[in-house]
Amino acid sequence: MSQWLLLGVNSVSLGGLLFLLSAGFSLIFGLMRIPNLTHGSFFMLGAYLGTSFLALGLDFWLAALLAAAAMAAIGGGIERLLLRRLAGQELAQVLVTLGLSFMIADLCLMIWGGDPIPLDTPRSLRGAMPIASIVFPTYRLAIVVIAVAVAVALWLMLERTRLGAMIRAGVDDAPMARVAGIRVSRLFTLVFCLGAAIAGFAGVMGGPILSVYPGLDADMLPLALIVVILGGTGSLPGALLGSFVIGLFYNFGQVLFPELAYIVLFLPMLLILLFRPQGLFGKHVP
Amino acid sequence: MSRLAAAAAVCLLATVPLWVANGYYVNIVSQILIYAIFALGLNVMVGYAGLVSLGHAGVFGVAGYAAAWLVAAGVGQFPAALGALAAILLTSAGFAVLSLRAAGIGFLMITLAIGQILWGLAYRWIGLTGGDNGISLSARPQPFGISLAPAAPFYYFTLIVFVLAVVSMAVLVASPLGASIKGTRDQPRRMTALGYNVWLVRFLAFLFSGFWSGVAGLLFCYYNQFVSPNVLALGSSAEVLLMVISGGSGTLLGPIAGAALVVVMKNLASAYIERWNFVLGAIFVAIVVFMPEGLVPGSARLGRWLWARLRGVPAAGGAR
Repeated sequence: MSQWLLLGVNSVSLGGLLFLLSAGFSLIFGLMRIPNLTHGSFFMLGAYLGTSFLALGLDFWLAALLAAAAMAAIGGGIERLLLRRLAGQELAQVLVTLGLSFMIADLCLMIWGGDPIPLDTPRSLRGAMPIASIVFPTYRLAIVVIAVAVAVALWLMLERTRLGAMIRAGVDDAPMARVAGIRVSRLFTLVFCLGAAIAGFAGVMGGPILSVYPGLDADMLPLALIVVILGGTGSLPGALLGSFVIGLFYNFGQVLFPELAYIVLFLPMLLILLFRPQGLFGKHVP
Repeated sequence: MSRLAAAAAVCLLATVPLWVANGYYVNIVSQILIYAIFALGLNVMVGYAGLVSLGHAGVFGVAGYAAAWLVAAGVGQFPAALGALAAILLTSAGFAVLSLRAAGIGFLMITLAIGQILWGLAYRWIGLTGGDNGISLSARPQPFGISLAPAAPFYYFTLIVFVLAVVSMAVLVASPLGASIKGTRDQPRRMTALGYNVWLVRFLAFLFSGFWSGVAGLLFCYYNQFVSPNVLALGSSAEVLLMVISGGSGTLLGPIAGAALVVVMKNLASAYIERWNFVLGAIFVAIVVFMPEGLVPGSARLGRWLWARLRGVPAAGGAR
């Protein structure tokens, strides 16, 4: 019994990580209409940067925030220097992000080598926490708390601030938002920076669970894709629900059908595509 | 004129093993032909149907896995090849049914997701696929008792398939079906209004595209006598997409030129540097940003522009 419960906790904490990864992915997709294929690379690069900051002796949370800041700068640079040149050409933008993901993957391999690098769990969150006679690993609970906090903060930002209203307007109808005087291209840069930063932060957060290895980007990107197909592009509640559903399917699939875990992952996406192609919370078919 | 050029090209290709004595280089030309078939197949979707797929390596890989698995299970080479062709068509149909629910970026995303799932299966379903170790093919097939083990006979075998692929592409493009495929690319709504079943036209295009991609995968499996999850990886899909785009999509010659360019570069690059993926990514970015219409039309445009400059004529429709 407690084994299943532990699996459930692991699922929820993976869901939290997936939410951190796919929230930015979903917003970028919703606003710019491009699936940002470097998003898995942002996650991995953030994690690698985190290992380097930790090796300098920095605190875990400081390292995670620094990695997020570095990823925001890198993401902003990519948006300004490359994607901006191709404004309006969605296909070209996708292909550029694909090319960049190869470059980042190879660069990481060059700098950090091919061996997996484990990240230590921050000291304050080691061990387990007994809640109602069941013992939970503290760090995984912390991930869930952080993911929920980020979700609430993003939701407040999107629903309650002027900036959020502008982003929602851009997601719903970018040309009309432009006509109304919103500088959508500036929003592009901002959302891209934000998405890259959260992905990089998630990379460091995931380090103690997943460790950091070449190919981490290719493992995470399809998960983000599936989450967004499931939840609907540009929808934060969709990304949240999709993340936890995929977290569950991934962990239980891994244990119940270890060889077919990918088929199990694929099922919810298949059903959604067949019966609700715009996703659970999406407004339009991508 | 173009017939003459085609005849000259075929003569040149047919005599490669005669003037290239070294088996290594013959093998490289075989690789180019295999990838050219793959790129031509993908080009039906990217160039003519206007739907960019990032999952074609899935079809390419399934073909190799089907053949290698059937041969390893004790089925003869010929029935195994037929089984692989059936697997190709089934996989393509499955891909098409799922991905054609969307167009544009949605199509790309769904093909990418399915491609990654096939890769995950090849990698994880160890009982069926051998996981990371892949499956070895004990020998190349022997059509009509001719051994394909040496480089030259295998090259000729590949060349025959290549010529068949090119001819079938030329026939398709000139056919009414080809015209309707291009119609669904340019004006899907108008095609619907005219009474065409856009979905069906795209489905047929996908089957045709998947068929040749799969045939290329089968040849690639025969070439290496080995298949591993690498052939299904996103990198493989991206590489062939780079061939199509770099050569110029929507043309017959472009994907062939792109395949030659990428294979030669890959072999040259791997002789000097280890970082092929970095180079691949960098070329991708550079081509998309600076020469979006592809190297063949792009170079032609640059050439016209330079020529006009040299003659002192103000460039009309030249570099942007």
